[in-house]
Amino acid sequence: MTTLDSSKEIQKNNSEVNENHDDFRMFGLITFLIADGMTFAGFFAAYLTYKAVNPLPDGAIYELELPIPTLNTVLLLVSSATFHKAGKALLKDKNINAQKWLFFTAFLGIIFLICQLFEYFHLPFGLTDNLFASTFYALTGFHGLHVTLGTLMILIIAWQTRIKGGRITSQNVFPFEAVELYWHFVDGIWVILFIILYLL
Amino acid sequence: MTISIDPQKTNNESLQPKGWLRYFSFSLDHKVIGIQYLVCGFIFYLVGGTLASAIRIELASPMSDFMPRDVYNQVLTLHGTIMIFLWIVPVVNGAFGNYLIPFYVGARDMAFPRLNAVAFWLIPPSGLMLVASYFVEGAAQAGWTAYPPLSITTPHSGQIIWILSVLLLGGSSIFGGINFIATIIKLRRPGLKLMQLPMYCWAMLGTSLLVVLSTPVLAGTLILLSFDIIANTGFFNPVLGGNVVVYQHLFWFYSHPAVYIMVLPAFGLVSEILPVHARKPLFGYTTMVFSIMGIVVLGLVVWAHHMFTSGTPPWMRLFFTIATAFIAVPTGIKFFNWVATLWGGKISINSAMLFSCGFIINFVFGGITGVALAQVPFDIHVHDTYFVVAHFHYIVYGGTVFIIFSSIYHWFPKVTGKMLNEKLGILHFVITFIGFNLCFAPQHWLGLNGMPRRVAEYDPQFQFVNQISSLGALLMAISTIPFLINIFFSIRGGKDSGDNPWNALTPEWLTSSPPPVENWEGEAPLVEEPYGYGKQFSD
Repeated sequence: MTTLDSSKEIQKNNSEVNENHDDFRMFGLITFLIADGMTFAGFFAAYLTYKAVNPLPDGAIYELELPIPTLNTVLLLVSSATFHKAGKALLKDKNINAQKWLFFTAFLGIIFLICQLFEYFHLPFGLTDNLFASTFYALTGFHGLHVTLGTLMILIIAWQTRIKGGRITSQNVFPFEAVELYWHFVDGIWVILFIILYLL
Repeated sequence: MTISIDPQKTNNESLQPKGWLRYFSFSLDHKVIGIQYLVCGFIFYLVGGTLASAIRIELASPMSDFMPRDVYNQVLTLHGTIMIFLWIVPVVNGAFGNYLIPFYVGARDMAFPRLNAVAFWLIPPSGLMLVASYFVEGAAQAGWTAYPPLSITTPHSGQIIWILSVLLLGGSSIFGGINFIATIIKLRRPGLKLMQLPMYCWAMLGTSLLVVLSTPVLAGTLILLSFDIIANTGFFNPVLGGNVVVYQHLFWFYSHPAVYIMVLPAFGLVSEILPVHARKPLFGYTTMVFSIMGIVVLGLVVWAHHMFTSGTPPWMRLFFTIATAFIAVPTGIKFFNWVATLWGGKISINSAMLFSCGFIINFVFGGITGVALAQVPFDIHVHDTYFVVAHFHYIVYGGTVFIIFSSIYHWFPKVTGKMLNEKLGILHFVITFIGFNLCFAPQHWLGLNGMPRRVAEYDPQFQFVNQISSLGALLMAISTIPFLINIFFSIRGGKDSGDNPWNALTPEWLTSSPPPVENWEGEAPLVEEPYGYGKQFSD
């Protein structure tokens, strides 16, 4: 028995064992997202505490411009919907359609990142100017990192949804669903961030 | 249902090195990973213990004469960080959790074996990095709490390596926690109900919840701290308008639950060991489960009792004092349940039992001083004195480390198929117990009389008591010698233990010792009463 054979054997046997349980990979991912959400919760708590107890010096209070972040909110919400569309197409075995929707979702993610960078370059403050500026960049930067990772993952699963040789099919949707859940999570965090950072 | 896997045909065997070499491989077998955690942790325990000895040598005299003061700060920082993040947390969670949980839930491995191996292999590099930071401009000096502004003003490279190392260890801890939750909730053998699980599963479920909920907050905090150090931001730097108390809140939001992350698994392990050696069912199973979950919930809302001297407003003091005092209730329930388990039992006096009883005695002492420390008027007087050091070590050494040794004596036959030498084991216990109490009991007195912690020099009037404490530390160092001799000789020449030397009923003993690669020959047994001593044991 060659090494390759035995690894296939393991996969087969593992799937046999797993048939007796629900798929717990999604459960693990949800647990991870809860943990990830706690990181954001820590950042939000720090930001709100600073806002409440650490008054900024005069002349250091900025009005944030709303148009770009509002556009970004719309972009991410639409991208959640397009991802959902891709999922529906995939379940109907229309892989080409699913792929198109995925690429569109990734495109929206990239536009989001470009808008975010555009905003960074036009803000009147830098990372070390004061407490508010530092927290602003830390929060949006950490979220932007999540969007970057998410966009890369969407591109990967879009590639894997191809008809010839792709690993994602209507029978094997877990990688797809995992990235979708992650993407919705990142969107949700953005909505909270938008409310706390820009609207409050 | 049937799980039809022929252990000869499947899994790692054909893919991975055999014999002792597999302990150096990226093995996916939960038993191998458990031993990897244990041995790696023990090596770091020896490193941390050496550092502790250096601290006690320095404190044997009132002047700073054994090492320079900044080196003393580095030594105490590394001692704390290594003992917490590289010895206790990985061993009491990772080692015993990985080894035992799949047996307890009737599975062949953890839910995510690859994630499991990744979680382990994050530990050695980050530990080595931490130790190596001593040679790069000096290691971190700000204590294991890394409070700013101290951590921002001390030499940067050591502190940054410290942060990186703790972040990696935190990541490892989170991966482990996710794995344990998924294994216990989702991977249980069909027919096995949650309320039939051995108590260690509940302890690990509670611990993993704490890990998943609180460790990410520490990670976020340390990222902000590293921004302060590298990028010159001012999150925690008052000079730049920052707020140090925010750091303390975020830090203790992780680090108070961290105490439960260190001690809850020990609660679970002692609940496995006592019934076996007292031949009695575990007293009050249901109350045990609810008190573990009670500790989990309360443990998340008591963090500010570490900060009573940080300008905490009165309402916060009141809330956190009451919440902390409440934790004594579930903890007390567990304590009385253990005593009631022993009560009237047919107790075997062996090393595992002795270490468990030592745990109960030390832990109740540490628990009482813990309740005392939760009271604001008292806490303000002894804050940052040796009283806190004594309290903490009574919980973490007298509690958890005693249970780690107890567990090693209890499960050594399971892992190796050999018995440990009982005489050496009892000698190990006696020296450890005397040394530990000699080392830390006098520190209560030192703290009450005002000796501050983390300072290399002290008032000469404290010298005699400090020397007693150092003598205790010497005994603790000596106590590892019979233990190591015992392990090395028993692995090769120990008496054969048979499959179930303790006649235990928990599932891990219902297979051969050492267990086969996929844990069971054939189907996993359904153990509905893991503590049914006295009922089933008549034959």
